[in-house]
Amino acid sequence: MSERAIIIGAGQAAAQAAQSMRQAGFDGDIVMIGEERELPYQRPPLSKTYLQGELGADRLYLRPAAFYEQQRIDLRLGLRVASIDAAAKTVTSETGETLSYDKLLIATGAPPRRLDCAGADLEGVRYLRSIADSDALRPALSAGGRIVIVGAGYIGLEVAASARKAGLDVTVLEMADRVLARVAGKDVSAFYEKLHLDRGVDLRLGAALDHFEGNGRVSAAVLKSGERIDCAAVLVGVGAAPAIALAEAADLRIANGVWTDDHARTSDPSIWAAGDCASHPSPIYERRLRLESVPNAIEQAKVAGANMAGGDVVYDAVPWFWSDQYDVKLQTVGVSEGADETVLRGDPDAKKFSVWYLQRGRLLAVDAVNDPAAFALSKRLIAARAAVDAKILADPDTDLKSLVS
Amino acid sequence: MPKITYIEHNGAEHVVDAEKGVSVMEAAVKNMIPGIDADCGGACACATCHVYVDPAWMEKVGKPETMEESMLDFAYEPKENSRLSCQITVSDALDGLIVRLPEFQG
Repeated sequence: MSERAIIIGAGQAAAQAAQSMRQAGFDGDIVMIGEERELPYQRPPLSKTYLQGELGADRLYLRPAAFYEQQRIDLRLGLRVASIDAAAKTVTSETGETLSYDKLLIATGAPPRRLDCAGADLEGVRYLRSIADSDALRPALSAGGRIVIVGAGYIGLEVAASARKAGLDVTVLEMADRVLARVAGKDVSAFYEKLHLDRGVDLRLGAALDHFEGNGRVSAAVLKSGERIDCAAVLVGVGAAPAIALAEAADLRIANGVWTDDHARTSDPSIWAAGDCASHPSPIYERRLRLESVPNAIEQAKVAGANMAGGDVVYDAVPWFWSDQYDVKLQTVGVSEGADETVLRGDPDAKKFSVWYLQRGRLLAVDAVNDPAAFALSKRLIAARAAVDAKILADPDTDLKSLVS
Repeated sequence: MPKITYIEHNGAEHVVDAEKGVSVMEAAVKNMIPGIDADCGGACACATCHVYVDPAWMEKVGKPETMEESMLDFAYEPKENSRLSCQITVSDALDGLIVRLPEFQG
């Protein structure tokens, strides 16, 4: 009998891993089980062009259906996995079907954290992860009135930009004292605060939500301060939590997500994990990271797929992220946590600049705003674990290209 | 539908019927052309859909905008005729377009 690989999840990491397994010569069966009824698709446009109606669903799919047939990838969509039996090497679906595997990949992603305050279950309080979520939110953009957005992270700010474009009144509530606090430095936060204020967003920093009000349907958000903000819709973007329930129940090691080694393998030698749900040791940062990003999903899944096909590949990619808001593109390379020095290059008022984060003279991360050259170059420098002289970096006359030897 | 020819680095040719309005990158992905990764899905954020436009087509395809130009600067072996295929929209005017793929992406 031929070998069988099962992939739990049908997102970006799942699709990439299946493809990478085939590219590495895996000839056995591949079964991909996804909860959603959609072919694997890209999620980033769901808060941007797809939400705005500029991009149709057919343009979200990563590959056409024919690709999976041609590659003999058996897609089981609209099916939920109930449990993994790691000892018996089987997966059981909620419909009661049990499938055995030789190799298993967990690529279950990270669904949005949900609020549990009063009124959180009112109609019109929405989250954004899937095509269905974006489809459900879109009518609110054309209905007019005010949308309250809870959380000023990537999702919250991208939806704020989309909603302003659609002509909605927008209030953004953020508990922290700055936007993008988890993912970007202070200069970048200040830039995005001004950008959204200039576009007419009512941005509330240090604002804590208490509850929602409404008769069946949400009609107001009430802050802890007592202030009441009338609204027609709510979008909650307060981060995501890795989907670890299946792994946990199967007694796999958990460490802020499904624990993997530097080969994307979990604590069970027949099980791998990749994407938003998995944490991995980063050789570059010398600590464990769990990243919520498309590039991480793709690169880690390439490693998992190659290793599931019998390879010996270490996951050592430089993390990167991007966000499009209005006419501004943010590209982030690396992880800035632990930085002891920052250098600003360029001019935030000109909407083109980059912020470089150093730790003891080593380049940790760069936020590049409309500055793809800084992005591309810093990716190379970080991959090379390069030391960078802050004085040279801070000199506007320094040609960035001269930093790459 | 406009026809687009993709020529892999090893010389393998693929002619596809591309839908008008999609990008040259999307037409490649839909038709399973190897050698175009398009990690960011067409957001002009990653430079992994780099192509060389056939010199005869350069004028019709046009020049990259500033963002794309900077991305291309750091692509693998950029040339005068480099473009990111996610930024080229398929149209009747591009019927017959020929693009060549680099040895590596990213």
